[in-house]
Order: sequence, then C-alpha cells, then structure tokens
Amino acid sequence: MGAPAQPTTGTSVASRDSFGDTIARLGETHKEVVVLDADLSESTRSKKFGQKYPDRFFQMGIAEANMISVAAGLALSGHVPFCCSFGCFLTGRFDQIRMSVCYSAANVRLVGSHCGVAIGEDGYSQMGLEDIALMRTLPTMAIVQPADDLETAGAVEYLIGHQGPAYLRTTRQKLDRVNAEGYKFQFGKGVTLVDGTDLTIVASGGTVAPAVKAAELLAKDGVKARVINIHTIKPIDTDLLVKAARETKRILTVEDHQTTGGLGGAVCEVLAEREPVKIHRHGIHDVFGESGSPKALYEHFKLDAPGIVSVARQFLEK
Amino acid sequence: MLDNATLETLRRRSFDLRIDNLTAITAGESGHPGGTLSAMDILQTLFFVEMNHRPKEPHWADRDRFVLSKGHAVPALYTVLAHAGYFSRDLLPTLRHLGSPLQGHPANFLLPGIEASTGSLGQGFSVAIGLALGLRLDGKKSRVYAMIGDGESEEGQIWEAAMAAPKYKLDNLCVVLDHNKGQIDGFVKDVMDIEPIADKWKAFNWNVLTIDGHDYQQIAGAFEKAKATKGKPTFIIAETVKGKGVSFMENKIGWHGVAPTKEQLSQAVAELKAAAAASFGSKGAA
Repeated sequence: MGAPAQPTTGTSVASRDSFGDTIARLGETHKEVVVLDADLSESTRSKKFGQKYPDRFFQMGIAEANMISVAAGLALSGHVPFCCSFGCFLTGRFDQIRMSVCYSAANVRLVGSHCGVAIGEDGYSQMGLEDIALMRTLPTMAIVQPADDLETAGAVEYLIGHQGPAYLRTTRQKLDRVNAEGYKFQFGKGVTLVDGTDLTIVASGGTVAPAVKAAELLAKDGVKARVINIHTIKPIDTDLLVKAARETKRILTVEDHQTTGGLGGAVCEVLAEREPVKIHRHGIHDVFGESGSPKALYEHFKLDAPGIVSVARQFLEK
Repeated sequence: MLDNATLETLRRRSFDLRIDNLTAITAGESGHPGGTLSAMDILQTLFFVEMNHRPKEPHWADRDRFVLSKGHAVPALYTVLAHAGYFSRDLLPTLRHLGSPLQGHPANFLLPGIEASTGSLGQGFSVAIGLALGLRLDGKKSRVYAMIGDGESEEGQIWEAAMAAPKYKLDNLCVVLDHNKGQIDGFVKDVMDIEPIADKWKAFNWNVLTIDGHDYQQIAGAFEKAKATKGKPTFIIAETVKGKGVSFMENKIGWHGVAPTKEQLSQAVAELKAAAAASFGSKGAA
C-alpha cells in the first residue's frame, strides 16, 4: 500500500439510500429477490423496491417477529429475501433470527438501518447499538457494514448471491465517500485506506470517513496512522489485522456501536489469539445512546475526526 | 370421503406409528409423548392421504410442504416420515442421540422431509406463511400445511401470523391446531386460557373448521374443504386427546415432556397391540 487513497469527490450518501437505490436497480434482473418491511419502508428505503416491484414486496406491518420467520419461509422456497427494519428492531427478534433464519439454513438478508448514535434526535430506543454484538454470536451469520455509497452498492450486489444468512448494517446519516470510483467490494476483505506505521485505526461504516480525516490531522503533527476499513465484520479479515498489529504495534478500533461485542470486541478476539498488541476500543462504551443532533452526538462520543484524534493521542501516550 | 380400505389401513397403521413413536422416545430417554400421540392421526393423514410428496425425492420442487410449528412433537413426524419411506425405521431409536439427524426438535438441514427448524414456539407458522407466499409467487400449485399447539397459541407471534396470512389471501395455506388442552405447566385453561379459540380465528378472517382430530374421515374431509376454499387460509381446530391411545397417558399433564420407562413402554405397547388386535384380529399392529 503506497500513498493514501484519493477518494474525495464530495459525494456523500446515506447507506440506507445506497441500499434502496441498489436493490431497486438490481431487482430488475434478479427476479429471485423479494423485499419485506415492517412499516418502515420509507425509512429503510425499501420502498423504492416496493414501488417498482409490488408483487415481490411484502408489507408485513409492525410485526417484526413474523416478518423475519416469513422471510425464512420465502428463502426456503428459493427466493432471496431482503428483510428490512431498524437494526435494533431486527435484533430485538433475536430468537427468530437464531431459529427461523440461521438454524433453518435460510438465505435471508437482514437489512438493519438507523444504526448508531448518528441517527440523532430519535434517541436510544431507535438506535442499533448492540446489533453487531448479537449477530456475531450466531453460527453462519455474515455481517457487512459498508462505509460509503460505492461499498454499499457492491455489498448489496454481492449479498444477492451469498450463501447463508447475512446482516447488512446501514445508516441514516450521509457517509462521505472513502473509496475511489471503480471500487470493487470483496466480501471478507478489509481495505487499507491510509498507510501508516505508528498505529492502526480500524473503523467500519459511519466511522470510516472520520477515521480517514483523523489520520490526515494526525499526519500534520507527524503521526503516521494507518486506517483500515473493516466492512465485513464477520467473517473478519484476520490476516490484515494481524499484519497491521505486527507492523504498527497499536490498534485503535472506532465504531458507532457498543465496544462490547462489536468491532472492538471482534478485533480483540482475533489479536489476543494471534498477535497481542496494545488495543484501545473506542465507541459506545457500555452506555446508552441519547437524543441530540447527529453532529452533536458524534462530538459528544468523540466519533468525529477531532474526537478520534484526541483519543488516538491519549492512546499513543499510554 | 376415504374408502373403507384406506380407512382400515390408516387405522391399523395408527397403532404401529404410536408404538414406534413411543419406542423412539423411550430410547431417547426424553421427549414429549403426550403431544406426539395427540398429533399422530393428523400427521398420518397428511403424509399418507393429503399431501403431494415424494419420499424418495424429498426436495421435489412441486411438493406440498408441512411445517411442524409445535416442534416438540417431532418424534411423531419422524415416525410418520420413516413409515412413508423418507428414511429407514431403524433410525427412529437414534432419536436425541449424539450425532443423530433426529434432533430433539426438528433441524431441516439434517433430515429430508423436515422443511423448517422449529422448537422455539410460534415461528414455524410464520415460516409456513413465507413458504406459501414464495410458492404462489412462483405460480406453483403446491399447498402448505402447518401444525401449531394450543399452548403455542399463547405466543404473540401466532397472532402476528394470524393477521398476515388473510391479508395475503393465502388459500394455499392450511394450519391445524392440535387442540389437546395441555401444556408443560398444566392445562391450557389454567396456564393462559386461549378460548374462545374458534371465535378468535374467525375474527382474524380465517376459514375455520372444527373436527375430531382422531377421526380420519373428518381429518381428510377438512383438508378437502380447505382446498376448496378460495381467497382465505384455512384454520382447522382439531379436538384431540393428549396421550391418545395409551390409557395411562391420556389427558395426563405429567406426560407432556417425560419419556416412558422401559416398563411403561412395555405396558403401552401391550395396550396398543391389544387394541389393534381387538379391531383387526391377528392382522393388528406389528
């Protein structure tokens, strides 16, 4: 990896929008795709598919448990269901995901939108903050959290053909593009966006662009931070993480999710076994989210670029 | 109407099925005899009369589907599947043993004939709705059957499903309630009363039929009526007896989730054989 990627085109799209656009576009040729929603199709953006293909869109009402098991039945009859709601409401029906989806070997794609404190004003009850941790415990479940519009489009296209259940974690807030035009999504492969030797910042989804900006700020002070985008949280790119640990000695994980069981937890599990180094898990650290503007919340939780810089500095002094 | 020869075959096999079922549960040293015996006659009718399926081609695309939402009754389903030819009857005593595809509750990826993994109550019903939606989307004539329990009817998800199937006018879906009136902690009416159950399903806009769940003529007749009903799903309330066919198990709550001892099994088998012999003479149960 040579010079930092040069992705900045000014493009900024919420991954829920990228999902909605992509699934509506690919539904044209992928007749096997069906979409379900539980009265949040406006918010999850599944409505775009529903408007184009009403016969393959199932409005299931505010009844997520039934929706998830129905999606499993659709999968078992040979269709590829994308089952949409807020991430917290999907994982709130953990038993249905565990039994009807995973243990029934049903090729369901669960699309959880409104993940992270960055949803803002609606507050904790609507924030997916424990969804990754829950999903990670399930055998066969894949977890993908794209960082920009290009990655979301690639992930959705990949997931149509994926074998096994999968969770796609999307955001309400816009995500600044971090990948270059022509980007190819590779399931299970982390992406090194910025090279560096002093520490590695491992981010995913909404924290990737702020992490890249933080690395730029740190570089001005002579700190060379590597930035890795882990879009596939399960299965995680172990080799890339081990290499980063060996070469930079310090790992800072940054996520808009509980650090327990989230990206931070996943990275710790891998490195504790393969390459123990100093790790700091940064994110939502065992507290509830709260209402506020997305910007205020990212500042409060130190998930914006200046916040990540301050956390990185403290970590480097340890 | 079932002809006399079919009726006699079903009745005779009902004793064999009950014996094999209880033998498997005893070999597994755990399981749910009560709810298997209440469900058995309905399951036999499904797989030997009603459903289009190919035991030697279990993934045949045009097959009818059956989902056992009350997954704890799966020994009855295993027994019926084995008798129908999905796998050897020799496999039945491996029930609940390490490495056996005959898990304590159904696992669809381990055994042909099991359409969905169930055991957490309330979910199989919804999976059946998904199957019915998917098959209809593909223009298939296949029908989807599911069985739920009356204790299971306490689950919230059942009522989510109750709303969803009529919305989608799933006339290719037929759900049977094994109304045996018992659950682990006691009688359904005491644990959490579900009555008036027929009124509830009628209010949810289902085609509701009530039958004797041990009368083959009535069971088969209800399935025929379900097939003839267009524009709405059918809900069959099968009045059944928990532990049906074994005197010391009938309507005894204690037999919900406890395996018989070897002595109790011998007694049950002797009873079932005697009942078969009384009905069919020397041509009784095997």
